[in-house]
Amino acid sequence: MLAIVIDDSRAMRLILRRILGQIGFDVVEAEDGQAALDLLAGMEKKPELALIDWNMPNMNGLKFVTAARNSPDLREMTLVMVTTESEQSQIVRALAAGAHEYVIKPFTSGAIVEKLALLGLVPSGASL
Amino acid sequence: MTLSAADFAFVAALVRRESAIVLGPGKEYLVEARLIPVARQAGAASVSEFLAMIQRNPDPEAQRKIVDALTTNETSWFRDQDPFTALTKHVLPELIQARAASKHIRLWSAACSSGQEPYSMAIALREAMPAGWTYEIFATDISGEMIERAKRGEFTQVEVNRGLPVQKLVHNFERVGAHWRVVPALRSVVTFQRMNIAGPLPNLPPFDVIFLRNVLIYFDLETKRSVLRNVGRLLRPDGWLFLGASETTIGIDDNYERVVAGRASAYRLKSAVPAGTAGKE
Repeated sequence: MLAIVIDDSRAMRLILRRILGQIGFDVVEAEDGQAALDLLAGMEKKPELALIDWNMPNMNGLKFVTAARNSPDLREMTLVMVTTESEQSQIVRALAAGAHEYVIKPFTSGAIVEKLALLGLVPSGASL
Repeated sequence: MTLSAADFAFVAALVRRESAIVLGPGKEYLVEARLIPVARQAGAASVSEFLAMIQRNPDPEAQRKIVDALTTNETSWFRDQDPFTALTKHVLPELIQARAASKHIRLWSAACSSGQEPYSMAIALREAMPAGWTYEIFATDISGEMIERAKRGEFTQVEVNRGLPVQKLVHNFERVGAHWRVVPALRSVVTFQRMNIAGPLPNLPPFDVIFLRNVLIYFDLETKRSVLRNVGRLLRPDGWLFLGASETTIGIDDNYERVVAGRASAYRLKSAVPAGTAGKE
């Protein structure tokens, strides 16, 4: 399976890449929402999963989620916000825009795997 | 920083006496690691010094803290998923038929740790039970500290990430400072009480569903047998017992039969055991 990690922090992209790699994902990276849309436009096989930070330059995560949900090419992609934005109202906004799941930073690798298991994206019981 | 054999034996005997949990050889490191914070809090320079203090002047409060620190408290929301799916898809629909007259059900989370399991049950019931029904969840744990924490119903960001679908987070919790608190409507259906599941159990009205997960693994065979017997007395004849994925009643207590509920196993009391048969009390 293929995933895209969208985060302006290189360190965070590395952490998420490592976690996803351990449960069998191939990973591509983008440093903001616009860079992700550009990258995805050129990809023939679209990722099944996107992990998306909220606060990024150029295009933030919320705008990316809205754009992805409105794109026929990206409609099948599962969208998971991974962000420090932890206000209830912000979470509700992201869900209304079309995010499927939401992980609040800081997180443990187990939290990412459990959320993906809830979405049917890893075999039940997979753990790190 | 290794514990002496005598210190380890002292702790193992204490924990065994207070909780029936067996700390076998090889657990020295675990004991030391878990007791370091307790020792520091008591003003001791090391775990050995702390244990020497306790042995010189037995202190029930310090002993309770040792037992608390050594009973496992690892937990997440809807832990292992399958038992909760079985609860909502198989067990509750059956109970809704069977309890149509009283419209009331009782559940027990028998090793509730910091509260994720009973609150997960409460969330599942809130979503699944028809209007007009009432339900109560009894939640117990050997650790008094865990019970106090669980009662507060407050969880950190890291804790609410663990296995809790975000829709359930926004519907069932409210932000309080840096924490998330279970909403009052859910807290009000859960009653917490400290209880040693391996000791004599109080008289309680029987339960329709008991979650006793990842508890038996810590006990020796005799204790497992006595826990299952005591718990069985508090289970309604058509009730459901859920154990941890690696636990079973088979070979321990013949009064139960294993039934498949979706992808989970549950245990039910055998209905057709004639009175006076061996094993039935």
